[in-house]
Amino acid sequence: MTGDTLLRVSDLKVSFQTEAGSAKVLDGVNLTIGRGEILGLVGESGCGKSTLARSVLGILPKNAARITDGTILFDGENLLERNEAYLARVLRGRRISFVPQDPFSSFSPVFSIGDQFMELMKWKSPEITDAQAAARTILSSRYGRARRRRDAERVMEMLSAVQLPQPEAILRKYPHEVSGGQRQRLMIAMALLTEPELIIADEPTTALDVTIQAQILKLLKALAAERNVAVLFTTHDLGTAWEICDRIMVMYAGQDVEVAGSADFFARPNHPYTDRLLASLPGAEGGLQGIPGNIPGFVSPPGGCRFHPRCDLASDACRTTRPGVTALGSGHAVRCHHPLGTQFLKEAVT
Amino acid sequence: METIRFILRKFFEDKVALVGLVIITALVLVAIFAGVLATHPGDVSTFHPADRLQGPSLAHFFGTDRMGSDIFSRILFGARITITIAVISVGLSVLIGVPIGLLAGYYNGWFSDLLMRVSDIFLAVPQIVLAIAIAQTLGPAIENVILALSLTYWPFWTRLVYAETRACKNETFVEASVALGASPFRVIVLHILPNISSGIIVRTTLGMGSTILTAAVLGFLGLGPPAPSPEWGRTIAESRQYLPNAWWYATFPGLAIFMVVMGFNLLGDGLRDILDPRIRRSKSNDR
Amino acid sequence: MKLLVILVNRLAWLIPTVFGLMAITFAITHIIPADPVAAVIGENASPEQVAALKEKLGLDKPLVEQFVIYLTGLLRGDFGISLYTQRPISEDLFARVPATIELSVVTLFVAIAAGIPVGVISAVHRNSLLDHALRIFTVSGLAIASFWLAILFQLFFSMYLGWTPLQGRVDGWGPDPITGFFIVDALIIGDFEMLGDVLAHMVLPVLTMAYPAMATIVRFTRAGVLEAISSNFVMYESAMGFPRRVIIWKYVLRSALIGTVTQIGLIFGILIANSVVVETVFDWPGIGRYAVDSILNSDYNGVMGFAVFTGVIFILINALVDILHGLIDPRETR
Ligand SMILES: Nc1ncnc2c1ncn2[C@@H]1O[C@H](COP(=O)(O)OP(=O)(O)OP(=O)(O)O)[C@@H](O)[C@H]1O
Ligand code: SF4
Ligand SMILES: [Mg+2]
Repeated sequence: MTGDTLLRVSDLKVSFQTEAGSAKVLDGVNLTIGRGEILGLVGESGCGKSTLARSVLGILPKNAARITDGTILFDGENLLERNEAYLARVLRGRRISFVPQDPFSSFSPVFSIGDQFMELMKWKSPEITDAQAAARTILSSRYGRARRRRDAERVMEMLSAVQLPQPEAILRKYPHEVSGGQRQRLMIAMALLTEPELIIADEPTTALDVTIQAQILKLLKALAAERNVAVLFTTHDLGTAWEICDRIMVMYAGQDVEVAGSADFFARPNHPYTDRLLASLPGAEGGLQGIPGNIPGFVSPPGGCRFHPRCDLASDACRTTRPGVTALGSGHAVRCHHPLGTQFLKEAVT
Repeated sequence: METIRFILRKFFEDKVALVGLVIITALVLVAIFAGVLATHPGDVSTFHPADRLQGPSLAHFFGTDRMGSDIFSRILFGARITITIAVISVGLSVLIGVPIGLLAGYYNGWFSDLLMRVSDIFLAVPQIVLAIAIAQTLGPAIENVILALSLTYWPFWTRLVYAETRACKNETFVEASVALGASPFRVIVLHILPNISSGIIVRTTLGMGSTILTAAVLGFLGLGPPAPSPEWGRTIAESRQYLPNAWWYATFPGLAIFMVVMGFNLLGDGLRDILDPRIRRSKSNDR
Repeated sequence: MKLLVILVNRLAWLIPTVFGLMAITFAITHIIPADPVAAVIGENASPEQVAALKEKLGLDKPLVEQFVIYLTGLLRGDFGISLYTQRPISEDLFARVPATIELSVVTLFVAIAAGIPVGVISAVHRNSLLDHALRIFTVSGLAIASFWLAILFQLFFSMYLGWTPLQGRVDGWGPDPITGFFIVDALIIGDFEMLGDVLAHMVLPVLTMAYPAMATIVRFTRAGVLEAISSNFVMYESAMGFPRRVIIWKYVLRSALIGTVTQIGLIFGILIANSVVVETVFDWPGIGRYAVDSILNSDYNGVMGFAVFTGVIFILINALVDILHGLIDPRETR
């Protein structure tokens, strides 16, 4: 992971202009993904997962959101310093692609699936070089017949890779004519078709039946591994994260709190919030416990560690300063003034 | 109370609606005090052939017409006619249209269907076409204009009220009061009507604007109140043979129509933004 | 299959609507006026004259029978005899239809060509200065009395500046009627001077009629685009780096327009309503002008003929629009 970091988000701060004031939704978030790695970004609804994903893609709502601090390094270049045209033409869809949460409404209802695939290939085909993509003008947006034919072949191959039967028939259909699971397979196919290095999958299975979720996740994992594509996978469900992720990062109210390899994460949770999350999993000892209290508002959030109003271990330090990163070895890191592991240590010593 | 204060606050924030309200208030005041404000209050029915077709001046702000009457004063009195026509015919349309919509919406059955089919037929033809036909048959007079407009305009309210009543009927609070044994009349008047009133208010405001336009067309075609009425549409029709020299003759009455219709449209649009919770919500979702 | 259902539904609805329209116009002519005959021949006609005319017009028969006669006549395309020209109304109307259609089609074309881009731009730059300016412009279009606008245009462009002809369809006789549409006829005979003259005569009436129609189109387009632009697929397409102009002018616009195509009927209503007065001001020999002539001559048979005729056309257009909507919206038909 060290020499081969694909994405490094450092100290990212994002706020939204709301009627009640400025909502500080991301408060100094850090995250890294290595090439070909699947990182699960886990947190309760509203903790800022989508905001983080959209920051990386550069598609935060322009007039409402502001990135106030931080860097987003993708393959060494700071995306926050790049202009919108470059991001749209060269990065998005080509090097970073996207799998949305709701595969139904993310297709235009009034164009056939095939039309939308070919639109993607017209602009984002892997045959287009970065230089061509960057220089895109109205004149250069011709879609020659030869390239169109080769792109159509790519589409057919990809559709069978995502295990869709009768690809020709599907391409002629409209989005409302195929099932939810098929639509998400189509979305995954679109994301992979452009041969990206990173896929951002924002809760890709939340809108699906439980039975289909597992199939789709397995497919995504297999295809990503085959092609050495990294995946930033957001979810509020630890179970799905466990199934497909190499590493898991937990966010609470716009702050990253703990990151670890999947096995380590479940074996040695070190942040009080992570611990609570794991304890609240159905099937875990103690059953469904829930966490007392609510996620704080973002307009005037608690200072220091945002979890402190709900944390049993909170001290004065927690209320004033945000804890730094404590490395626990083998890529496990936690941001807490009183991480659980060290507490065990202390108890053992005394 | 809370909602009333909210609406009032929104109202003053929404400059568009406020401008509309100011224009309409001015119109009403002008109509009421036409006799006082007019510089030549007698000119509605008395003529001064010696002064005919004079351009705007201090003596005649908007010039004089073919009879030598003061156009400014006649426009002020024309406001009375416009207001009278608009208020009464829209009022009648509401009185016909709303109850029919409520009944058809509240009850299910062939009678409801029949009522809606009839109103759909009226809506299937441009209002002006039927209004012309009726006004022509009845002859040129202010009460015939009113009749023609009300007879052709009520279905707009019926449609709206019908749809909203249908939607409202399934709300829990309505079902609850039905279950508690409230009479249909009680349910309709106390529970449904207040809930759909904002749509009716918006529709009525916008309806005033389009009714004034249609009434002006009827006046222009000679189907409105007969000469020497200072009705705005008729004045413009009269002016045509004196163009291009007497440009003021056509210009100012048309400007009056424009201002008034604009006033109602702005107020209606503003009210819709303020009252319609669906639009309010989508506004806060601005991206 | 679904398309067939829409088709059958629309056609089934068409018949009672047209029937209802005829019943309404019958009621207007035969029930409302106290004495329709007096209105025609004057109040001091002798009782014998009145009776004779009543018999001639069939007004002495029972109402129901009159209605049946009226209805069967209309269904055969017989709108009765004009009380003024003494000619069949249907002949008069059909002779004037091409002028009105030509004007309306050109107007609709102009209104759409201007209205859709303005609506999209207004929505994309929502709440900007440009948006506000465009909205004032369109709101005004819905508040202006079109006969007044027509007169102002005449006053300024024809009378003061002398840029455009004052009125009429053409100077002189116009091309020999082949289709009745002067633009088409001038093209067929290849007379480009004539074509220029025909077009020059159309400028002002078209602009007058197009303004309110355009204002309506702008409103619907703007609202439709605003709704579509917040759809998830726009977010997805931006996330995948589709060009902004493709997202807006292809995907968003198509969604917005499919939703608003049903409003074309409303725009036709505006066109019909305005054609009456605009044709009058510009002396345009169409059916709107015919209606006004009939009014001026107290020819209420002519007025009713106009009402039924435009009513039926309007109903047909709306039915067609619904079917069209079914055709272009894949969610409706597939
Ligand atoms: N356009 C916006 N304007 C104002 N606030 C916003 C906007 N978008 C998101 N937020 C706020 O930012 C916070 C984080 O939202 P985000 O969508 O990133 O959460 P999430 O973790 O993805 O939640 P979910 O699991 O529900 O998708 C929320 O409190 C939300 O209200
Ligand atoms: S930093 Fe303090 S408040 Fe935050 S989780 Fe750790 S112990 Fe609790
Ligand atoms: Mg989210």
